[in-house]
Amino acid sequence: MVSTADTRVTLCGIPLDNPVIPASGCFGYGWEFAEYYDINCLGTFSFKGTTAEMRPGNPTPRIAEYSGGMLNAVGLQNPGVDAVISRELPRLAEVFHKPVMANISGFSIEEYAVVAKKLSACPQVGWLEVNISCPNVHGGGMSFGTDPVQAAAVTAAVRRVTDKPLLLKLSPNVTDIVSIARACVDAGADGLSLINTVLGMRIHLKTRRPLLANITGGMSGPGIFPLAVRMVYQVSQAVHVPVVGMGGVSSAEDVLELMLAGAAAVEVGAANLTDPFACRNIIQALPEAMKRYGITSLSEITGGAHG
Amino acid sequence: MRQETFTVISNRTLAPGTLEMVLEGDVSGISRPGQFVNLRLDGFFLRRPISVCDWTEGRLRLVYKVLGQGTAAMADYPAGKQLDLLVGLGNGFDLEKCPEHTLLVGGGVGTPPLLGLARRLAEQGKHPAAVLGFNTAGERILTEDFQSLGLRVTVCTADGSAGIPGLVTDGMAAVGDYNYVCACGPEAMLRAVWTLCGFGGQFSFEERMGCGFGACMGCSRKTVHGMKRICREGPVLEKEEIVW
Repeated sequence: MVSTADTRVTLCGIPLDNPVIPASGCFGYGWEFAEYYDINCLGTFSFKGTTAEMRPGNPTPRIAEYSGGMLNAVGLQNPGVDAVISRELPRLAEVFHKPVMANISGFSIEEYAVVAKKLSACPQVGWLEVNISCPNVHGGGMSFGTDPVQAAAVTAAVRRVTDKPLLLKLSPNVTDIVSIARACVDAGADGLSLINTVLGMRIHLKTRRPLLANITGGMSGPGIFPLAVRMVYQVSQAVHVPVVGMGGVSSAEDVLELMLAGAAAVEVGAANLTDPFACRNIIQALPEAMKRYGITSLSEITGGAHG
Repeated sequence: MRQETFTVISNRTLAPGTLEMVLEGDVSGISRPGQFVNLRLDGFFLRRPISVCDWTEGRLRLVYKVLGQGTAAMADYPAGKQLDLLVGLGNGFDLEKCPEHTLLVGGGVGTPPLLGLARRLAEQGKHPAAVLGFNTAGERILTEDFQSLGLRVTVCTADGSAGIPGLVTDGMAAVGDYNYVCACGPEAMLRAVWTLCGFGGQFSFEERMGCGFGACMGCSRKTVHGMKRICREGPVLEKEEIVW
């Protein structure tokens, strides 16, 4: 008998063909990548972080590099929720036929709720992923994700306006991520996604000035993968909702490792930026990697490393 | 955009710190001069975007300046080395908008993409001319390549060691018979050219990039039409849409 590798998983009640999900900010609104490959091979994807109004983002340079990956300080550039609904989502519908994950950002609790309500009403949207962890904007973003009380307040406000699966995207830039995770779950989150980028900084030796116009930026890439494994491991043991793991994932083996740490599904971020085919390649490599490690059904290994 | 494997044919110094790399591979993804390629380098996470100087069937010519660790590593690549390239990135110059007498204005390492443009304009039977600016005589590159295409080339050097002393704007004043510009160079040069010329043109910009193909919004620039990605809706912007 030929053994088959079952890559299917479930995320908050919605089935996925596989656990691979391009992360927000690394995949635009999806249709751009459909020019390169059929994006229906993805589990789903999380679209570019969307706010109530158009945001031009931060001044450039917004990008820097380190030995383990890159830093970005894009600053939530996006066309605003109304333009996303009228322009981006119809364009996506032509090339992607699965539920999509809507990534939401805000600068006030009210803004989160306004954007969530509008996107929740879109039939294409399967999950809401609420970003309370952007390190590159001031007065919003990460400030909600570093305080359990604020994190719970955002969660509760969005919970009131949606019946769709609600994930809170957590920041690693905290002393105790478990306390933030618990606060979100207690306030009504159906799941958690982690980790967002790690706050970092580079300085140009010749100019002696910060490389990024924003001074600081979010680190991503393989250099943060062990941090992601540790935090997914800790959070998934502490809560009883699904965890979407991310942070430096760049191979099928990384997907397996994060799932063993406790992830129900896995997002892939910076790898898409150096290889536009990264997610397709990871998905194609999954069955062989599963076979190598004696895995017949991927959904069974979530949390397999827990004691 | 296409992902292709290219082989280094040669990699030689044109001027101190400026090299020419000729590669062999499938160039069919390139549709316009002014587009760029994004090279994966051993030991570096991000690819390095380099403008296409020129291309012919199966051959790609890149001219690049050593500015950091990535380009320093590139400078050591020997013939025969294979490289993973994303090709055909960016919009490039629109040839149809270039009239009979288009002035190509290049500054330093902004000069190379104008050579591919010059060749294709000449192939269309048009008569472009070039004003090329460099810091000093020793940094001049590609001037003979432009001349061999039949272009009148005006060289300017900031230190006065060759050609017209001064900046490309000084050279532009010495060239009369044009009514359109295509410019590539440092932003200060682009702005000076933009300010000087009272007619239309196309300006090729540079910005630090993450992906190079439109996914990360790392290289966005404000225009009169809103934010544009230098890697995707750029690097070439129309004169009328540029905001400084």
